[in-house]
Amino acid sequence: MTVPGTERSHAPDLSRVLSAFSSRAEEPPGPIQLLTPEGTLVHHPDDTPGYDPLRLRAFYRDMVMARSIDTEATALQRQGELGLWPPLAGQEAAQIGSAHALRADDYAFPSYREHGVAWCRGVDPVDVVRLYRGVTNGGWDPREKNFHLYTLVVGSHALHATGYAMGLAKRGSGAAAIAYFGDGATSEGDVAEAFTFAAVHDAPVVFFCQNNQWAISEPVERQLRGPLYRRAAGFGFPGVQVDGNDVLAVHAVTEAALEHARTGNGPFFIEASTYRMGAHTTSDDPTRYRRAAELDEWRAKDPIDRVRTHLAEAGHATQEFFDDVATEGAELALRIRRQVRTMPDPDRTEVFGHVYADGHPLVDEERAQFAAYQASFADQEVK
Amino acid sequence: MSTESMTLARALNQSLRKALEDDPQVLVMGEDVGRLGGVFRVTEGLQKDFSEERVMDSPLAESGIVGTAIGLALNGYRPVVEIQFDGFVFPAYDQIVTQLAKVHARSRGMLTMPVVIRIPYGGGIGAVEHHSDSPEALFAHVAGLRVVSPSNAADAYWMLQQAIRSDDPVIFFEPKRRYWDTAEVDRAVPPVDLHRADVVRRGTDVTLVAYGPMVKVCLEAAEAAAEEGRSLEVIDLRSVSPVDFDTVQASVERTRRLVVVHEAPVFFGAGAEIAARITTRCFYHLEAPVLRVGGYHAPYPPARLEEEYLPGLDRVLDAVDRSLGY
Repeated sequence: MTVPGTERSHAPDLSRVLSAFSSRAEEPPGPIQLLTPEGTLVHHPDDTPGYDPLRLRAFYRDMVMARSIDTEATALQRQGELGLWPPLAGQEAAQIGSAHALRADDYAFPSYREHGVAWCRGVDPVDVVRLYRGVTNGGWDPREKNFHLYTLVVGSHALHATGYAMGLAKRGSGAAAIAYFGDGATSEGDVAEAFTFAAVHDAPVVFFCQNNQWAISEPVERQLRGPLYRRAAGFGFPGVQVDGNDVLAVHAVTEAALEHARTGNGPFFIEASTYRMGAHTTSDDPTRYRRAAELDEWRAKDPIDRVRTHLAEAGHATQEFFDDVATEGAELALRIRRQVRTMPDPDRTEVFGHVYADGHPLVDEERAQFAAYQASFADQEVK
Repeated sequence: MSTESMTLARALNQSLRKALEDDPQVLVMGEDVGRLGGVFRVTEGLQKDFSEERVMDSPLAESGIVGTAIGLALNGYRPVVEIQFDGFVFPAYDQIVTQLAKVHARSRGMLTMPVVIRIPYGGGIGAVEHHSDSPEALFAHVAGLRVVSPSNAADAYWMLQQAIRSDDPVIFFEPKRRYWDTAEVDRAVPPVDLHRADVVRRGTDVTLVAYGPMVKVCLEAAEAAAEEGRSLEVIDLRSVSPVDFDTVQASVERTRRLVVVHEAPVFFGAGAEIAARITTRCFYHLEAPVLRVGGYHAPYPPARLEEEYLPGLDRVLDAVDRSLGY
């Protein structure tokens, strides 16, 4: 007896089906770009969304500040002042461009490398550094800045951003949430669940993925069969790929994505293709897993250089402007250095602070035991 | 009269209804909590009366349910989340332990997490695998979480009210085999503290400590023991984090003997912590070591064996005999 459909002559030709499918699929259009690595505009200024020399100078300034914070914090770690630092170098355009698209009432959920976004949200870099010095597990008032605390477990906060956005929609607030994560995070179940929840609830949330090509030592090919931006389509919302080292393009795309979300169209996914020029963190040694030539390739696409070149060549900024920004960056670094080196350790009893909002007898008991234990040494010294 | 006879499941339903009425920030979310009213009908009728905006059927993803509840709480809401069965909480365990429990501390008190996670737990209903577990110790071990379990309808009503009003995350374990047990619920009398233990039967010879589904078993054991002339005191612990050690200590100082009873495996269970602390507090009062009765260090067995696995009246009385034998 033959099961219907299994006779050789009737078996579907799988390879023919697949090739028919793949020929129908559109070729990836390539990342959206407005400003080339050489500093030239892809379109005429009038056709470049959001093009404004004043704004471009502001982007430049903030990117320089972000790199200055990063360079200083990396140095502080090398000198033993910080326990750890995850450098952002190379990702300034992705962070500054997207952060400038946020309104004050939008709420950002960072990962642990969003020092540039933190800067744009008005978080004092000293407060960010405080976390990596081991003084606190937080560092700032998230509600004051509409900038959540750093989330160190990869991808978890995509769900928090989604839930927050569901709340924004419930209140009809007209604001949006944005979740920052990397290419590695897209392998986490929580990010997939966030996509699901955001899609079915039409939550006003933008998922901003900085695809910096590396998840510590694992190249993006270890995380997915690309292209990454297409993943959103499977969840039922738009996804685009943008040149993450092009601050103009990142800003324009993020602004459009946020507007899409704020106006009740649900979530939006942005893949910003960028590069982590430094190590994953100061505990990492990227020479063990990636070629120097790759770094050189991306250095040529530096997000700050191209803006500087453009501003200078278009006559939109003078040498004095560049010098002023450099001075401001150096002064910021110096302030961070001074404040970090004089930063006091937290009070010992901080261990027991804020474990519960409504108190807990076990915490009270252990706090008292700890205090008595500490006091017992003081007694000995007096004797 | 404000007193009404109702099942434990109904009491929970009424408590959720009251919370939704009292506070517009309260949300109910979980799998099948809407139109179906939950697999145990605890949320029956709530979506109809309070809208899909406030009583939300969630996608089938537990981490997503708790993770979005955290985001909603950050936005000022008070989500009451249902995890359908005890064995399904583990996809959400990371969000609960790593995120939910720590938000208040890492923000140094600036953020609060008023999230309640309701979990029907325990065995005794002939369920399939992963539908009969008692994972409360895995949550009590985590600083930042509160863990409670009512044993009767009145406590179910009031403890859920208190859990929803708490600014801390509360893991609310519901004894699923007691869902259909009926008791008088007085909705006018202010309740005792959420975390205070309750001496539910006075006795002089041995103290039994239990919570959730095992309180009824211990009361039955005390009744049986009384027929043999033994006087057992039964304490309904009600809360596993924090534990009301003062009430247990006061009892043990009188009876000088303690048996802790729970469905969860004995090894590293709540009973271990209670035994250690009460031994320290009552060292000179104890006539016998603190004994524990609970599940075995084995996966919860197929339903045909659960009667053997679950501690019943006889195993409790056996432990009482051993305690009195010292």
